[in-house]
Amino acid sequence: MRECGNYKTTYRDDMKLFGTTGAKIKAIIIILTILALPLFASSYWVGLLTLCAIASVGAIGLNILTGLTGQISIGVGAFLGVGGYTSAILTSTAGISFWVALPIAGIVTALIGGLFGIPSLRLKGLYLAIATLAAQVIILFVISRWDGLTGGTAGMVLSRPTIGQFSLSSNTGYYYLCVIILLLTVLYATNLIRSRTGRAFLAVRDRDIAAQIMGINLFKYKVMAFAISSFFVGIAGALLAHYTMIVSPELYSFHVSIEYLAMILIGGLGSIFGSILGAVFITLLPVGLSSLIDVMAGIMPDLYQLFSAFKDFVFGAVIILFLIFEPGGLAHIWLNIKKYFRLWPFSY
Amino acid sequence: MTFFLQMLVTGIVVGSIYGLVALGFVLIYRASGALNLANGEFVIIGPYICLVLMTAYKIPFILSLVITLIFSAILGLVVERLVIRPIQNAPVVSVIMATIGLSSLLGGAVHMLWGHQTRTFPQVFPSTPINFSGLIITPVYLWSFIVVIVLLLLFSLFFKFSKMGIAMRAVADDRQAALSMGISVKFVYAATWAIASVVAAVGGVLLGNINGLSPTMAAIGLTVLPVVILGGLDSVLGAIVGGFIIGILQNMAGGYLDPLIGGGLKEVAPFIVVLLILMLKPYGLFGSRGIERV
Repeated sequence: MRECGNYKTTYRDDMKLFGTTGAKIKAIIIILTILALPLFASSYWVGLLTLCAIASVGAIGLNILTGLTGQISIGVGAFLGVGGYTSAILTSTAGISFWVALPIAGIVTALIGGLFGIPSLRLKGLYLAIATLAAQVIILFVISRWDGLTGGTAGMVLSRPTIGQFSLSSNTGYYYLCVIILLLTVLYATNLIRSRTGRAFLAVRDRDIAAQIMGINLFKYKVMAFAISSFFVGIAGALLAHYTMIVSPELYSFHVSIEYLAMILIGGLGSIFGSILGAVFITLLPVGLSSLIDVMAGIMPDLYQLFSAFKDFVFGAVIILFLIFEPGGLAHIWLNIKKYFRLWPFSY
Repeated sequence: MTFFLQMLVTGIVVGSIYGLVALGFVLIYRASGALNLANGEFVIIGPYICLVLMTAYKIPFILSLVITLIFSAILGLVVERLVIRPIQNAPVVSVIMATIGLSSLLGGAVHMLWGHQTRTFPQVFPSTPINFSGLIITPVYLWSFIVVIVLLLLFSLFFKFSKMGIAMRAVADDRQAALSMGISVKFVYAATWAIASVVAAVGGVLLGNINGLSPTMAAIGLTVLPVVILGGLDSVLGAIVGGFIIGILQNMAGGYLDPLIGGGLKEVAPFIVVLLILMLKPYGLFGSRGIERV
């Protein structure tokens, strides 16, 4: 427990990954719960959880860029597409193993992300948002026009990865793969924030000119933020492509970019735990809405046709409500709940 | 040569509508520094209301247009009060995201209320094309061009001479200083959103008369982004000139390059231009350059 003060005497103590034994035990319990989930959940739910894990990887990637470094990107959808297509081309066309293709997909996306990050040196805020939007449109255009490489608008078909003789074709097998990658991503991102690079990112976010005066190479760190972020987005894209086993340009539209931005805003900007909460929230929102519609269909039978519109409506409303009433996102709500119970009954 | 001129004329007319929609962006950006990504939805809500008034209630075009514009102004006021004002001082990403959320919300509402089919306006403008020595222009195009030019003139006069317009410019220039001179910044913001919403509705009604009306038309909100970037985010003149340039460019790309690569370039060309402009001249043709201090 750390209720009554902070008794660290060395920097090494301060930098520890797990501040207390309690934190370590909590982490182990969470990991065990996640690994044990498929034993209790149905295949449908395992599939949904897999999607949540993949979205979390992408959301953490975006949060490194937008939450930590303060560079807005509305082009995540296209970068997911770059990851997915790279993996598709490498595994289906070139016949390379998934285990090699996955990191290459990340690296290729990181390179392209870094390339589109170069304008960020001159552009800020709104202008950068529009530049990344342009990246989104242009990348998707290239993907849907380069028929020879990407199969054009028809898309490509992928298969699930295998380990030796064992294929990860079941939902459970793929779930474990995604969860392990998510854990590695969380570990990396946590360590990144604790490092010199992470602190440089924060300095760039808070005031980039001041950061430059203090000796932070703006160009290097901005492009690096774009590259690291795109790497994880690319990995998420490749995982998603092998999960759905198909890639086509319309899977990576502007709408997807917005969904990812919504994840980190609803989850909490700059918070890794928040990215996961947001990813789970946004991924499960349509599921929750469709069951809500099942209930309401008795009253309004034509509701089924309106589902996609209704989804958009609620999605927009949720974003606005969060921005107005809880800008800190789900992560902040979680902290408040925790604080309430910790101080109970003497909260002030 | 006729083909070239035809492309040019179509480009100018389409560009004039782009300019009008871009004007909505610029007005809001100038006043409150927010980029209204829900502008596309503002563009389609107006004509839907106008259409419903005309077809379901048999109200003549001019009267339903007036009602539409009043409704649009109210919509702008409501949006400003409920969504934008509470997050005025939030970081840029939040404001952008709020308008994106707003666009999703309004788009969903339009979809739920009026379905996704394309609807056509009842005949408002005569349909016989006018022939200018070989160049064919439909009256709708001509009218939209005239309306745009008139509106632009009105706006330049408004900003130059009216008290309200000057107050708006003052707020855009320096909010603190404007406040201390006794200008109600809240009122200026609200008025800006109302005006921008009305301008968007006018653009929408013209577009609806040209192409028919469907929820996908909201995509113009994004198509117009290159226009404002090219012209400079805070310049009214820039919005207009940018609108013409992008309109012409789009039609030229569509007419000459699309057959070579198999289509689709028409939508992408403006964004390629944007990327170039952002790298070479980030504040656009007429935008004011920001100076930053720590």
